[in-house]
Amino acid sequence: MPERGISGLSQPIAIRVSGLRKSFGPLEVLKGVSLTAREGDVVAIIGGSGSGKSTMLRCINFLETPSGGEIEIAGEKMLMKADGHAADKRQLEKARQSLGMVFQNFNLWTHKTVLENLIEVPVHVLKVPKDEAITRARALLKRVGLAEKEDAFPAFMSGGQQQRAAIARALCMNPKAMLFDEPTSALDPELVGEVLQVIKGLADEGRTMILVTHEMRFAREVSSHVIYLHNGVIEEEGPPEQLFGAPKSERLKQFLKTVG
Amino acid sequence: MTGLEALSAASALDLLAFSPPGWGAVLLAGLANSVVIALGAYALGFGIGIGGAFGKLYGGPILKDLLAVYTTIVRAVPELVLILILFYAFTGLLNEALLSWGYDRVQISPIITGIVVLGVVQGAYQTEVLRGGILAVPAGQIEAARAMGMPSVVVARRIILPLMTANALPGLANLWLNATKDTALLAVIGFSELTKATYQASATTKAFFVFYPAAMLLYLGISLTSTLLIGRIEKWARRGQRDVRG
Repeated sequence: MPERGISGLSQPIAIRVSGLRKSFGPLEVLKGVSLTAREGDVVAIIGGSGSGKSTMLRCINFLETPSGGEIEIAGEKMLMKADGHAADKRQLEKARQSLGMVFQNFNLWTHKTVLENLIEVPVHVLKVPKDEAITRARALLKRVGLAEKEDAFPAFMSGGQQQRAAIARALCMNPKAMLFDEPTSALDPELVGEVLQVIKGLADEGRTMILVTHEMRFAREVSSHVIYLHNGVIEEEGPPEQLFGAPKSERLKQFLKTVG
Repeated sequence: MTGLEALSAASALDLLAFSPPGWGAVLLAGLANSVVIALGAYALGFGIGIGGAFGKLYGGPILKDLLAVYTTIVRAVPELVLILILFYAFTGLLNEALLSWGYDRVQISPIITGIVVLGVVQGAYQTEVLRGGILAVPAGQIEAARAMGMPSVVVARRIILPLMTANALPGLANLWLNATKDTALLAVIGFSELTKATYQASATTKAFFVFYPAAMLLYLGISLTSTLLIGRIEKWARRGQRDVRG
């Protein structure tokens, strides 16, 4: 497995978040957090429930509207209006197309078969020729172990299968980076492994990813950098060996003990 | 023997014959008019409904207010009254506009008038049914599309519309059946749809118990055919969904 993070300092920056703030009404859930992911980095965001980790991830592709701060994707600063909404629709769409998002609840389109889910955006938005998209989709389905399921509808598949299909759907757009929002939290325990294995495969091939997770052992195994969020601030961050092996802050020590 | 006595002596089948003195052809022409108007009004109402539903959910404040006024008034006033108002307003305003622009008055085809009048009524109801259908689409389905960089129009067309259809179909099916029956109200503005044709046939021949049951069967025929078709459409729209009845 290639050493990441340290040797990657010369790599171009894929995603940079600086001074990100987010409030829901009077409640400030992110109080100025920053993150840099260079190409090939795997950044894991951990933290307790309500720490703001999912919100932080969802602000990167503007599924949540930031209240302040800056976001830069592939070297391009995202233009924002005063209220935090993306100012340039085209720029936002382009940025989103370069970020493959995987959700906790899979969110496969229920009226489409697995194959149709995969080729939807490539064919109807990116204007990839259909044959080409299908060939790529089939290769990806084979890779995530779902070659037999291309004609199945999501509702008739297990959670693990659905999440693997959702990962393949994100990959089908050839994204520059992947965003995982608690990809195994909705799964039965016995189905977690098959999804983590797919994600690990992606990390091993050097894909840039930002991963919000509750799976501490997995975060330690795949990440090049770990961020521990608490109450909307970064309490501690660093390489996984340091964060998990020798945590400095009391809160993180306590957190690691409880999720153990 | 007078003509009337001859007619009353004739059997029901003779009265319903396609060539005069039978009234079958008149009734069928009325039926055809009813179906054409119902289809046209429903299609127009669907167009208004789609626009209205998206407008109510995603439009600006002024558009939302205008749509609220439209759906409130149309749904509050009896359809018969609306038909009378719209019929005179639609033809009256159009002709006044034409005159003021220096054109001559026109006689608008009753079919077009009927379609426009019933379509405006349908549109208000369809707006609400479709809005409900859109609201019932799980947020995650739309979020996934947006997260992949789909432009809003594509999200609406490729994701929201098909998912909404399954939710809205039962309500839309009701409205279609209403549309077919509402055509009967156009009899009051003198339009020769099925009910008016039936009335004419009965009034002339006094054979009320022949023509009204015949009309009833024709309306029932439309309804049964529709139900059959709607069942198929619903099955298609629910593709990919598990049967909740287990």
